[in-house]
Amino acid sequence: MSARDNIFARIRRGLGLPTIPLAEERERALSVINDKPRGPRPSQVWQDPISRFIERCQQLSTTTEVVSDISAIPQAVSNYLNQYNLPRQMVIWPDFSQYNWQEVGITVRVGSAKGDDLVGVTGAFCAIAETATLMLPSGVNTPSTVSLLPETHIALLDKKRIVNYMEDAWALYMAEKGTLPRAVNFVSGPSRTADIEQTIIIGAHGPYRVHIILY
Amino acid sequence: MELTSFTFKKNVKKKLSDARLQNNMRRFGGRFVEARAKVMQEVDNLEDIRVAAAAIRDRSLANLDTYLTLFEEQAIQRGTVVHYAETAHDVNRIVLEIAQANQVKKIVKSKSMVSEESGLNDAVIAAGIEAIETDLGEYILQLAKEPPSHIIAPAIHKSVEEVAELFSEHHHTPKSTDIPALCREAREQLRPHFLSADMGISGGNFLIAETGSVAIVTNEGNGRMVTTMPRIHVAITGIEKVLGTLNDFSTILRLLTRSATGQSITNYVSVMTGVRDASNADGPEQSHVILVDSGRSRLLAGRLKQALRCIRCGACMNHCPVYQNIGGHAYGWVYPGPIGAVLTPSYVGLKEALDLPQASTLCGACQVVCPVKIPLPELMRVLREESFSQGLRPWHERLSVTLWRFTANHPKLYGFMTRHVVKLLKALGGSKGLIHWLPGLDGWTEGRDMPAPSGKTFRDQYKAQQDERKR
Repeated sequence: MSARDNIFARIRRGLGLPTIPLAEERERALSVINDKPRGPRPSQVWQDPISRFIERCQQLSTTTEVVSDISAIPQAVSNYLNQYNLPRQMVIWPDFSQYNWQEVGITVRVGSAKGDDLVGVTGAFCAIAETATLMLPSGVNTPSTVSLLPETHIALLDKKRIVNYMEDAWALYMAEKGTLPRAVNFVSGPSRTADIEQTIIIGAHGPYRVHIILY
Repeated sequence: MELTSFTFKKNVKKKLSDARLQNNMRRFGGRFVEARAKVMQEVDNLEDIRVAAAAIRDRSLANLDTYLTLFEEQAIQRGTVVHYAETAHDVNRIVLEIAQANQVKKIVKSKSMVSEESGLNDAVIAAGIEAIETDLGEYILQLAKEPPSHIIAPAIHKSVEEVAELFSEHHHTPKSTDIPALCREAREQLRPHFLSADMGISGGNFLIAETGSVAIVTNEGNGRMVTTMPRIHVAITGIEKVLGTLNDFSTILRLLTRSATGQSITNYVSVMTGVRDASNADGPEQSHVILVDSGRSRLLAGRLKQALRCIRCGACMNHCPVYQNIGGHAYGWVYPGPIGAVLTPSYVGLKEALDLPQASTLCGACQVVCPVKIPLPELMRVLREESFSQGLRPWHERLSVTLWRFTANHPKLYGFMTRHVVKLLKALGGSKGLIHWLPGLDGWTEGRDMPAPSGKTFRDQYKAQQDERKR
């Protein structure tokens, strides 16, 4: 008997089930899993997801800026770097390599972040209005490290892709991609800790700053 | 973790007279309570969500082996290796086997309470492998060589002065009590370890049967580091932590983070499925999940089953007047507070933790705040019953309960006895009607006076009143 067999036998005994699993147990479990029932969500007290998202960002110490369209992004990023006196070298997701970074005096490296990268730029698969959360799947074109290792994380978010609840984000992902990637990282603001005297400090192992540019 | 629950009373005495601890507990303990109360106000249907969350957990437990099977099938398909550990000892053995098979020299760990059950760090270090805790609280405690005293705020019992001394001693830096500077110092110390470790060990807040995923919920980002940077990721979690679907997880998450730290969501919520493949730019090449029983399956059959709903938010301990006064270490094992008073006797044996279910006034605060509606006072009562029926209580307690039962079953004798006892108590109360000392109950009267009874029993007074009316 393996450890697995022993554990499963104890579980079934504990639940008062026959030693050999019945086919209907699996079918019953699968039918719930395939139905994916949604639990109750807090009432949607917001008019539109975009204003809710921006309002909730403030509570998380995430800064935001809305720009008119994609072409305004490099200048907006440049202004942000100036404002916080940040270096003008960034590591970025491949999706944004064609942007006109050179024109605004920023040098970029495309791909995964290294331990000493100071500014990282990502997109987002979508965002969640309820909690002002970015959904960042891992992938060749969406390396996880860019939103993790640098001290500053700038996210470029298509404002049409803000959904209301996490359940909506899962449904959207499954509808468009079919299966989960290696990692889905939900990011809600800069990293923090309250492990010393329950005092909230922004900036732990992840970024100190999260800035979201909505286009 | 070394078990000291059997000396609970002694532990409590020590902690109550520890001035530094008492000061720290008073200063920081209430903040979780306030933060939770505030954030719950933004949820207009809290009770509906709690009912749904409890039902989700019950559905998982009722289908536990089926859900684990489905989880395992999905996880294996994505390249994750699923291991089963019957005991805490097996957890250490499995981790060491994986480490040795892959020539692992350095392990970075994010918080895992299950790994505390087995004392994993000691086992790994004894085998010559470096193991570094990376959650700030856990890192502080690793330097201090202490176990955590809270399941989500492990170093809640430490003041900034104590942290400053530890950092200065271990990092050879000038002593600073500036909290942001200390956090920066920890970041700079730990960053090279994240980048050079061969293996990352994390807990698993939940497993998702639908997708074969492991979900972790963190704030510092160390959980993401540990599961992204090293070439091997090992997640260790209890068999009871499986959920059906991603939507089930979303429901539970709404309550977990609010109940734990008073946040509507934590900074990071990561759902990890399988290994790095051609479609990935980063992430571990190997993914392992260790599913731990270690006493859990035993609880499914009995009256304590609801304890397995627990999602480890810590709200019960934050709100417990006993925990607030004695801190987590007094409980003598991994899980303190009301949930610990139920889980510790269940996992290590009632005999080893006899006084934990007694460490409660049964005020009910824990049950009121529990996001998955675990009837904790009721479960502590079940354990109290069991400890009595198994004859584990001390002889004087058993004798007094036996005498009480005999008297209560003989009304005449009961009337005779109580009539004399209340007279005696009235006399003891003196002119102020306050009793300063009671034989055999000096622990109780040490901190307060007992108001003396009027000198007449209820039955006598009631009878007198009835006679009066008849007249």
